Amino acid sequence: MDFELSGEQQMLRDNVARLMKDRCGFEARKGYQASPHGWSDALWREYADMGLLGAPFAEDDGGFGGGAVETMIVTEEFGKALALEPYLQTVVLCGALIKHGASPEKRAELIGKIATGELRLSFAHTERQSGYDLNDVALAARKDGAAFLLNGEKGLVGQGDSADTLIVSARLSGERRDRRGIGLFLVDANAQGVTRRGYPTQDGQRAAEIAFANVRVEPKDVLGEDALPVIERAVDETIAALCAEAVGAMSEALSMTVEYMKTRKQFGVTIGSFQALQHRAADMTVALEQARSMMYLATMMAAEEDAKERAKSISAAKVQIGRSARFIGQQAVQIHGGIGMTYEYKVGHLFKRLTMIDAAYGDADLHVRRLADQGSLFA
Amino acid sequence: MDLRLTEDELAFRAEVRAFLRDNLPASVREKGVAGRKLSKDDYLRWTRILADKGWAVPHWPREWGGTGWSPIKQSIFLDEVQRGNAPEAIAFGVSMVGPVIYTFGSQAQKERFLPRIVDLRDWWCQGFSEPGAGSDLASLRTSARRDGDSWVISGQKTWTTMAQYADWIFVLARTNPQAKKQEGISFFLVDMKTPGIAVRPIETIDGGHEVNEVFLDDVRAPLDALVGEENKGWDYAKFLLANERNGIARVGISKARLDRLRELASIPVYGSGPKMQDPFFRAKIAAVEVELKALEMTQMRVISNRRNDGKPDPASSVLKIKGSEIQQATTELLMEVVGPYALPYEAPDDRTNEPPVGFDWAGPLAPAYFNNRKVSIYGGSNEIQRGIIAKAILGL
Repeated sequence: MDFELSGEQQMLRDNVARLMKDRCGFEARKGYQASPHGWSDALWREYADMGLLGAPFAEDDGGFGGGAVETMIVTEEFGKALALEPYLQTVVLCGALIKHGASPEKRAELIGKIATGELRLSFAHTERQSGYDLNDVALAARKDGAAFLLNGEKGLVGQGDSADTLIVSARLSGERRDRRGIGLFLVDANAQGVTRRGYPTQDGQRAAEIAFANVRVEPKDVLGEDALPVIERAVDETIAALCAEAVGAMSEALSMTVEYMKTRKQFGVTIGSFQALQHRAADMTVALEQARSMMYLATMMAAEEDAKERAKSISAAKVQIGRSARFIGQQAVQIHGGIGMTYEYKVGHLFKRLTMIDAAYGDADLHVRRLADQGSLFA
Repeated sequence: MDLRLTEDELAFRAEVRAFLRDNLPASVREKGVAGRKLSKDDYLRWTRILADKGWAVPHWPREWGGTGWSPIKQSIFLDEVQRGNAPEAIAFGVSMVGPVIYTFGSQAQKERFLPRIVDLRDWWCQGFSEPGAGSDLASLRTSARRDGDSWVISGQKTWTTMAQYADWIFVLARTNPQAKKQEGISFFLVDMKTPGIAVRPIETIDGGHEVNEVFLDDVRAPLDALVGEENKGWDYAKFLLANERNGIARVGISKARLDRLRELASIPVYGSGPKMQDPFFRAKIAAVEVELKALEMTQMRVISNRRNDGKPDPASSVLKIKGSEIQQATTELLMEVVGPYALPYEAPDDRTNEPPVGFDWAGPLAPAYFNNRKVSIYGGSNEIQRGIIAKAILGL
């Protein structure tokens, strides 16, 4: 057992951390957030130049030969800086759908374009009625000769308003909640029949509700015809990356809080001298370390082939991350007092991102329930 | 980064498991599973089996009986022993005074005491806490003065675990009342048979007898009862307490309790069916398991981190806090399994031949819950641990 990063991985972390410090300080981020995309094209090019966009893909597919550990390193740093770029959507989530679902030729074509930064992808999957159920897909894919016609609506598509290509899940057969019969389709975001309504989200990012009216998909753009296992696997990998992003955000929230405790004076002393606050900060540390441990577990298990074992570990990690995130986020605001409530100050935005991470892909309660219906975590 | 166990480590785990299966006496194991009190003889028997195998003191230096295992292997061993419901090593010798002696003791002390700790010929107890010195241990008042060729020690120790079995006690006593409170303390090794020592039991809320008061009334110990240098005892005590916190996460014990919990919760105790059918109860188990899984990983991080420097890690305080909370949560869930029939009180320590009231497995559950409130108090209370985290990790 070895928790050390390799020399290359440490370098990757240092490079991403430096880029975030130089180009994604909290004031700069406000500018990116206010831009039409809601994120920075210039930073996206930097990510491509640094090799971040191809990091977790095999070299044969046009990537740089990394894996879940590289994703963890990058997203943890993004979490500290609250980076806004569609890394999770394009590289992690859609990247995994392509990695596990697409044909070798299609894989090489698309991953090559992801790595160079040409392709910004979003996964259009969730629908108004689906909640956290990945199998609940109503959007219909109807055969039209060799092609397919898509009809229906998707919601909460992360950065769906700025993506240039969408991966759309659609029902080929069966009832709305059947596990079988869900296909994956590659759709130009500006294709005829696609209508997008973009909007800001609570955490400063953007999403879109997207309607599909007779959108035509050629056979070459069908990524898979019975794709739920691929979707579940991609979501598991995304949860692992979200855990790392959350750990980054939690560690930033804690270090800002501790720094504030060392400088803020009341009653003639720094508030860090008060034991009530010291113990709260210690509890935040415990929560952070437990979350970090589960981030490692999720990272290690993200590539596990046994879907059941993988899902168990990922659920366990999501529970811990969700609970730690809620506690650390709430207490970071509490200890900052009034300043923590203001929009201009970073800590509240960390809290909001952490809150939305818990709400993504199943909150802590949902994953506890899932674990409760399976056997012990300890073989 | 690779978080899997190596082939070698997996083989080692299988070896330990097989050894436990073949060598742990069934009667001792059954007491462990049921949560019943072990007798002194149970401890002696198991320790001697381990000592014969050469596994009684894995973390010690090889020349004194250590195994030379990597920290990961030591941790695997501990986990298997705990999960296999074997008796735990008596920490006062193996983890506390033993390391103090081989690190700071004289050659004569090493030769005299260490081999007798390995096979439990000497049972040690810890003379640290006093009625007026709990968390603020350095304010202790037991005194030692030199008188001719002996030390004369007087004072009162308390919370002395299993002093009723002990052959020896290690004692912190004040040798320089004029110095700053941490700087006038020395560390002594005292034979419990010495005249002037009296042990009085303290009954705990579960009705058990684990802890005692130890009175020292002009107890005369030879000059070589002193460990290391006079007035340096506080340094040795800090070293010892840092060791005490290692392994305090008790991950394997909590795993064994969860095994037992699943077993008992599968029994249809009442007409409503087994407790495991209750989704709310299952969710509570799942939530504890998540915490324990995280703790297990945190412990591995602390262990592999220490591979490089050998200094105690303030992250041990994280292990103490979380480990104790989880132990308390598991004993609480075990008690909840039995519901209303947690009520009948069954005297521990085989003091009665009465048949149990209700379910024969239920008797130890509520006492274990009550008893385990201690784990967030001893070994530096969880509030003390939070203070350590605030100072040593956060710099507050």
